[in-house]
Amino acid sequence: MQLQIQGLTRRFGDFVANDAIDLTIEPGEIHCLLGENGAGKSTLMNMLYGLLEPSEGQILLDGEPVTFASPKDAINAGIGMVHQHFMLVPVFTVAENVMLGREGGPVLNRGAAAQRVRDLSDRYGLRVDPKALVEDIPVGVQQRVEILKALANDAKVLILDEPTAVLTPQEIDELMGIMRELKAQGTSIIFITHKLREVKAVGDRISVIRRGKIVGTAEPTATEAELAEMMVGRAVKLTVDKDAAEVGAPVLEARNITIIDPRGHEVVKDVSFEARAGEVLGIAGVQGNGQTELIKSLLGLIRPSAGEIMLDGDDIGRYGPRRSLEAGIGYIPEDRSHDGYVSSFSVRENLVLDLYRSPEFSNGPALKLAEIERNADDRIQEFDIRTTSRETPVGSLSGGNQQKVVVAREFSRPLKVLIASQPTRGVDVGSIEFIHKRIIAERDRGTAVIIVSTELDEIFALADRIAVMYDGRIVDTVSPDIEREQIGLLMAGAGGAEGGAA
Amino acid sequence: MTKRPGLRLDRKALEGVLTTAAAIVLALLIGAVLMALSNESVIDSMGYFFSYPWDFFSRSFDVVTTSYGALLDRSLGSGEGLANTLNRSAPLICAGLGVSLAFRAGLFNIGAQGQIILGTLAASYVGFTWDLPGPILLLTSVLAGVLAGALWGGIAGLLKAATGTHEVISTIMLNQIASFGVLAYALGELKSFQRPDDDLGLPQSPPVPDAAAFPEVLGVHMGVLLSLVAAAVVWWLLTRSTLGFELRSVGANPDASRTAGMSTAKVFILTMVIAGGLSGLAATMMINGDQASNNASLVGSVGFDAITVALLGRGTPLGSVLAGFLFGILAVGGGAMQTTSAGTAPEVVQVIQSLIVLFVAAPAIVRWIVRQRRKEPTSTFAAKGVSA
Repeated sequence: MQLQIQGLTRRFGDFVANDAIDLTIEPGEIHCLLGENGAGKSTLMNMLYGLLEPSEGQILLDGEPVTFASPKDAINAGIGMVHQHFMLVPVFTVAENVMLGREGGPVLNRGAAAQRVRDLSDRYGLRVDPKALVEDIPVGVQQRVEILKALANDAKVLILDEPTAVLTPQEIDELMGIMRELKAQGTSIIFITHKLREVKAVGDRISVIRRGKIVGTAEPTATEAELAEMMVGRAVKLTVDKDAAEVGAPVLEARNITIIDPRGHEVVKDVSFEARAGEVLGIAGVQGNGQTELIKSLLGLIRPSAGEIMLDGDDIGRYGPRRSLEAGIGYIPEDRSHDGYVSSFSVRENLVLDLYRSPEFSNGPALKLAEIERNADDRIQEFDIRTTSRETPVGSLSGGNQQKVVVAREFSRPLKVLIASQPTRGVDVGSIEFIHKRIIAERDRGTAVIIVSTELDEIFALADRIAVMYDGRIVDTVSPDIEREQIGLLMAGAGGAEGGAA
Repeated sequence: MTKRPGLRLDRKALEGVLTTAAAIVLALLIGAVLMALSNESVIDSMGYFFSYPWDFFSRSFDVVTTSYGALLDRSLGSGEGLANTLNRSAPLICAGLGVSLAFRAGLFNIGAQGQIILGTLAASYVGFTWDLPGPILLLTSVLAGVLAGALWGGIAGLLKAATGTHEVISTIMLNQIASFGVLAYALGELKSFQRPDDDLGLPQSPPVPDAAAFPEVLGVHMGVLLSLVAAAVVWWLLTRSTLGFELRSVGANPDASRTAGMSTAKVFILTMVIAGGLSGLAATMMINGDQASNNASLVGSVGFDAITVALLGRGTPLGSVLAGFLFGILAVGGGAMQTTSAGTAPEVVQVIQSLIVLFVAAPAIVRWIVRQRRKEPTSTFAAKGVSA
């Protein structure tokens, strides 16, 4: 099926989110849609999926104009969507999830559903156990279930919205294999991403979207630098410019930290490390190997069951978040929408979310509104936060700008230690560069910096020293001069079972 | 950057006001249908509807206009009526503020009823037993009511903070304990809570002496002014204070709030203490305002109406004041409908109140009804867009 988009425009008030977009997706084509966060990718896809009504323009399927009033219309027309956040019922099995919404009669036929799942997975090479509970299977497999759901609805055009954001490197490779298989069977795929390498690896054609417009189409042979330039409208450096670190004394020392999670599993096992002034310590590892818990314990969100955390010689292991923040820890949480900001709060309010009680912004019981407004204007300018006004709710900003709000807040007070977890996850190239620069500037000011990231590129770009975590332990601490393959081995458990990490 | 707040926000607020107004109108319309259908002469006219339909419509119209006319006349038509309505609104406003404040912290405070009951007990006990000079007696009595309410609310907050007990469960249970435990004990067992000259068999306390009563101006007692001051204080608390910032933040995203160093336990406890205090203030409107005797039915359903007021007021102080006033009108005027020629049962008012809340709680229904009328222009626009 050929999908054609002609002059599609969507306005929100005065704001034009999509401006006369023209796009053609041929049958059996993997068409990559590349753009920064907030460029208008999601708006376009929501119109294709019947979630938003276009202000102007039309969608054609095999030359026939169609209008979608709801996702149901889009599904019936053969369009399938895999959202960034999965729409699965965790306590149901794979087969039950696939047949959800298409039960067909009052009696559930589990056997037929399981058979259908098996048929589909054989046909497209999507290995899934139909009887497994969704909550028990890894994220990468859950994504396969989402794809299966779309295929069970006879999707001819599959929209994958940032599908790799939640996957490990191995899972990304597997996903690309699946995409090629689907393509071979005639399914068209719209692949939304902002990762240049993935686009080059799997795309047939690449359309770059910027500020609501298609600014260019490229072949996969284009270089990463060319694509990045198209995306942000200027040449971007993918590596961070930085001088050698001037390493000072240890500022934060973790000694023999052990953490037991609420289910009784030991998730961090006897971990010790030190973060030194003027140095970036990168903590690398596949997600779920204890980094999340370790970082949370440094701020006092989780209490370690053993070990101590020393900040400038004081034991802060029993501090709560408030005292830790006041002691000079800056904290950029892993999941910004969950822990980093209040989405219904304005940019102005979120910029003082952990500063409102300082003498600068309050006199005890009352807030100093004028100061908070001035602070918002300053930060918006300094960090180039793209927002219609300081009163805009942060939830309605793009991912990159949401992260800039969090980063701007944490950088607006003197720090001894900066802890940043996945500082650029889901953030566009332009903002990545900006955030990386600020992190290095903070290092050069003599702050001890701890970066946790599952993106090796980011670790290599920033870190002066890399600690690799696997199965709750720091398996080794290495210099960034080390070969990537070797880090990969460490991340997989120092030569242990390969491909088993998830 | 720009000074004015975002366009989206304004539109959202406007939409909220419109939905609320539509809910009230819709509830009044359904109330009108109920009045007509429960009236004997209208039912009679339905027997010959097809031969002479005019009777049905004219009688229905009469019933509805007479009833609503009487309602408005009794509640707003005279100085005395208006004073009465304001006095009736005051406790609803105060308790509504308490429920609203808790809403903003993400807490569903069902416990206004129990908090008010405790407030009435404390305020009346201090009022009729302590021997203090005039203004000081009033002040102490009011303070006692506020503190008792605050204490009762604070228990729910403490339980939530310390053990994670859901506030809906704990406040419902505290309501029962207040009503069937504390109040029943005080009225049944404590000599001081029984009128010495009581020969009715109904246990009730003496009213507070005049010294402990709110001064009145033109029949409106000072508690009305206090309720407006309370609304202003709650507004300040929510928008201008550090505690209000924490409260709203915890209500909207407790995880991010904790990460930002806020103590959710502190917010839960303080919010429930203040919310309970506001309910306690509502209690003083009855004890020190109306100089009512405390008995098993004094509080009635004010504590539950407060939830309705808060819902209708959308959790804002101004909204609570307006909703409290509206419910005051309905409470005062409702009885007047029965004594008219239409003889409408005052219970219709209860139905109208419930319908309003139902529509406010289910804005989708109202939006659907409003959209039916707007549908045509939208589709024309879309058609134009496609053909362009």
